[in-house]
Amino acid sequence: MQNTTQTQLEFPMVMGQPYETLPEDLFIPPNALELCLETFSGPMDLLLYLIKKENINILELDVSNITDQYIEYIDLMDALQFELAAEYLVMAATLAEIKSRMMLPRDKHDEEEEDPKSALIKRLQEYQRYKSASEKMALMPRVDRDFYTATAALPEIKIEKKEISITKEELASIFNEIKSRPDLKLSHQIDFEELSTQERIQIILNILSRRNVISFSKTLRKSEGRHGVVVTFLASLELAKDGHVELIQNKTEEMFLKSLRGA
Amino acid sequence: MDIKIVNTVEALLFGAGRPLRLSEIRGLLESDGLIAELSDIKKCINELEQRFNLSSLEITEVASGFRLQIKQTYSAPITHLWNERTPRISKALMETISIISYKQPVTRGDIEDIRGVSVSTQSIRSLLERNWIKVTGFKDAPGRPALYSTTKEFLDDLNLKSISELPELPEVDEGPNDQVLSEVI
Repeated sequence: MQNTTQTQLEFPMVMGQPYETLPEDLFIPPNALELCLETFSGPMDLLLYLIKKENINILELDVSNITDQYIEYIDLMDALQFELAAEYLVMAATLAEIKSRMMLPRDKHDEEEEDPKSALIKRLQEYQRYKSASEKMALMPRVDRDFYTATAALPEIKIEKKEISITKEELASIFNEIKSRPDLKLSHQIDFEELSTQERIQIILNILSRRNVISFSKTLRKSEGRHGVVVTFLASLELAKDGHVELIQNKTEEMFLKSLRGA
Repeated sequence: MDIKIVNTVEALLFGAGRPLRLSEIRGLLESDGLIAELSDIKKCINELEQRFNLSSLEITEVASGFRLQIKQTYSAPITHLWNERTPRISKALMETISIISYKQPVTRGDIEDIRGVSVSTQSIRSLLERNWIKVTGFKDAPGRPALYSTTKEFLDDLNLKSISELPELPEVDEGPNDQVLSEVI
């Protein structure tokens, strides 16, 4: 599959001539070339592809020829404003260096240094070993692609583990706080409502049917004590809410209930 | 073999969803009051293999133990079922994992040296997330770079028992260059 994409990268032949430059008005879908180039995993891969295309052994590498082709490729990519990885340019520089060295007469003393061409060949050979190994590996049966496991296992449920971080001081103060909390667990008896708000509303309405205004204290029965005050107050609020009475209070004076029915 | 033990082994393999070791199976049987030697469990597995002969299932031994699989002849419909939901692995990532598997343990720099291109953090992370590689140490070199090795899970996923089952790394085409090199050295 990768090979087919690579062959597409070869220059098309038009009337027996390689068609190397793209017409300017040619529409190239965005990312198309990027996709093609992604078939090369790096400059070494591109170089190997060029060598393979020439149908030669790596050892017979014609640096001069390959350099020209490589740079042509880089130029083409550049013309298409494809952002190249820096490594492609490094490789172009390495190739250019080898090519230029070959043009110069060789000094015997220089040979002590490792010949950059054989160093490149060594790297290419090494890379090719792993490249072909990776191609073989890619074809090996792989789980969930070529074969599947048979299982009735429960699907993995991700349980978020929350880390607890606490100091001993924090722990102590939390414990103290809990200890000082009111004990709300004691059982207690709920008494019947001795005085009903509904009943009190009825009583107040009865009084107000006879007179228009009544002071709050007059609606109370002393015997009922504090509970009576609360119930009566609630009843007055209920009545005010429903619009039966108006609550009037002047400064320090006590509260009066004024009937609104008559108004 | 006792049918109860054979069936329990089958149940365990089916319910595990991952490879089980013989010793693990023995422990699980024991907790159920079934006593079996490792060799007995191996016999159970052989018996189950016979049983599965006519079915779509098979038992395979991989790096982490024995697991129940669907025979590869029957995987095509499952591929349609899962609708190719498994992520593809790029050529670059495949090169990286193959370098790690043949040269382990390696640093990121070692991989970059061979591939001639920088190895992205993303690709290392995706291999770590897949549980195909793990950090097995740090190289005694400046920066103490992490050393990566492949995991048992990687072997499991490729249906392998051990790393030695990988196809051999192709040899370098040794040619006249050898001579050139020896001259240089």
